[in-house]
Amino acid sequence: METPHVRMRGVTRVYPTETGSLHALGPVDLDLRKGEFFAVVGPSGCGKSTLLEMIAALAPPSEGAVEFEGKPIGASVPDGVGVVFQENACFPWLNVADNITFGLRRQPLAKDEIARRLDYALTLMGLTDFAAAYPAQLSGGMRQRVCIARTLVTQPRLILLDEPFGALDQQTRLLMGDELLNLWRATGATVLLITHALDEAAMLADRVAVMSSRPGRIIEIIETGWPRDRDSRIVSDPAFGAVTGRLWTLLRDQSLNALGPAH
Amino acid sequence: MTRPQRIALYQALAVIVPVLLLEAGCRAGIVKPLTMPAPSAMTVGLVQILASGRMNAAILKTLANVAAAFVSSAIVGIAMGAVIHRIAPVRRLLEPLFSTYYAVPIYGFYPLFIVVFGLGDAPQVLIGFMLAVVGVIVSTLNGLDSVPRVLTKTARVWRMSGVQTALQITLPYAAPHLFTGVKLAAAYSFIGVIGAEFIMSQSGLGYEIRFAFDNLDNGVMYPLILLILIVSVGLNMTLDHWDRRLRARRGAGR
Repeated sequence: METPHVRMRGVTRVYPTETGSLHALGPVDLDLRKGEFFAVVGPSGCGKSTLLEMIAALAPPSEGAVEFEGKPIGASVPDGVGVVFQENACFPWLNVADNITFGLRRQPLAKDEIARRLDYALTLMGLTDFAAAYPAQLSGGMRQRVCIARTLVTQPRLILLDEPFGALDQQTRLLMGDELLNLWRATGATVLLITHALDEAAMLADRVAVMSSRPGRIIEIIETGWPRDRDSRIVSDPAFGAVTGRLWTLLRDQSLNALGPAH
Repeated sequence: MTRPQRIALYQALAVIVPVLLLEAGCRAGIVKPLTMPAPSAMTVGLVQILASGRMNAAILKTLANVAAAFVSSAIVGIAMGAVIHRIAPVRRLLEPLFSTYYAVPIYGFYPLFIVVFGLGDAPQVLIGFMLAVVGVIVSTLNGLDSVPRVLTKTARVWRMSGVQTALQITLPYAAPHLFTGVKLAAAYSFIGVIGAEFIMSQSGLGYEIRFAFDNLDNGVMYPLILLILIVSVGLNMTLDHWDRRLRARRGAGR
């Protein structure tokens, strides 16, 4: 049996508070297959982002074990992992080209190789005409593309996306979703997408995990069954409605729980 | 005429019109020569002083001391701000002192500085440094507070050390705030050094202005005041120009 690309076993996260402790997540058992597009949906505050941060070694688990490519994840971000956050993480003092190559210039790479990867990322993300522009001159969607390109050029084997389109309008989200699928197919990387948008998860992912309200646990994993060469036009497929409907059926009670007893 | 050109014209007129009025007042005898010479006379006097070279030593000494106070306060202020920002208990201890710092009459310590450091340039540089450094520290703290958490998380994803994160991410992000501190440091360094020379020094532009004042020598006093104005305003306008370019690039005011 193939070793999972990411493996989580009995993972929990408990935060100390002034009055005791807050059980935020888990226990969670999860395997991500190499090269798959995996999405996680769940109610607000269920610990989706915490789950991602533990895989990225940005937050340690309180209990349990997290492995990437068969090795335990320690205190620093493992080699081969790239993260894209929801917030604008562009460096405002650098132009698009310098933003994208920032991480690359920290690696022992020849200038030609850096230039080649930059050209590839600019082309793939549709940013070629904006290489010399500064983030302040770009729209929110373009800034997020810069952040994705900055992760892409480091050629990660695992890409972690923490609600990367959360601040974008619906049309832009669909188009960015297409670009993300192109990127996934072109790189062959494993992708973990955290999102609160059911349609986004249903459109993009091979499998979608549904989490419970806090403390977040995985209550079901749904196989979407989409072909690898899919794009956003899949939203008009009747099967798409069935997948989102199934996700909502699972999530509705959890979301009501998260809103509190008045609901 | 474009809007920026119109603004530049109004800014120029705001300086030129009062100077022309003063010139007219002096020439008409409304302002007596003993009170203030005409701006044209000040300018001629300044050119003569510079051409003669008799004030070169004083000018160089003052500018060197201002530069020493400015550079040291900028470097120490930014470094101290970055360190204090990292150590929360130290910040809690010092922040109330920073907010009341400018209520302290720094010049009151000048005799103590002379006792400790002697009659050389050190007490004057120290006064300029002390006036300037806290503004830089406070601006650095404000700048580092403004750094979004996502940028420090990004630094962790790239496995950057604390020093690398500070030098390559947090301080560059905070640069507009740091620049505000640097501009303050330039102004306070001039005030501190020239003020200290004025009070007790035996050399420098501040001393020469006081000496000319004591001897009712308007032909030296006003040209030297004009020189200080030109240098300090010129330096601040240059810094302000770079500040605006820096902020425009980041979309400030959009």
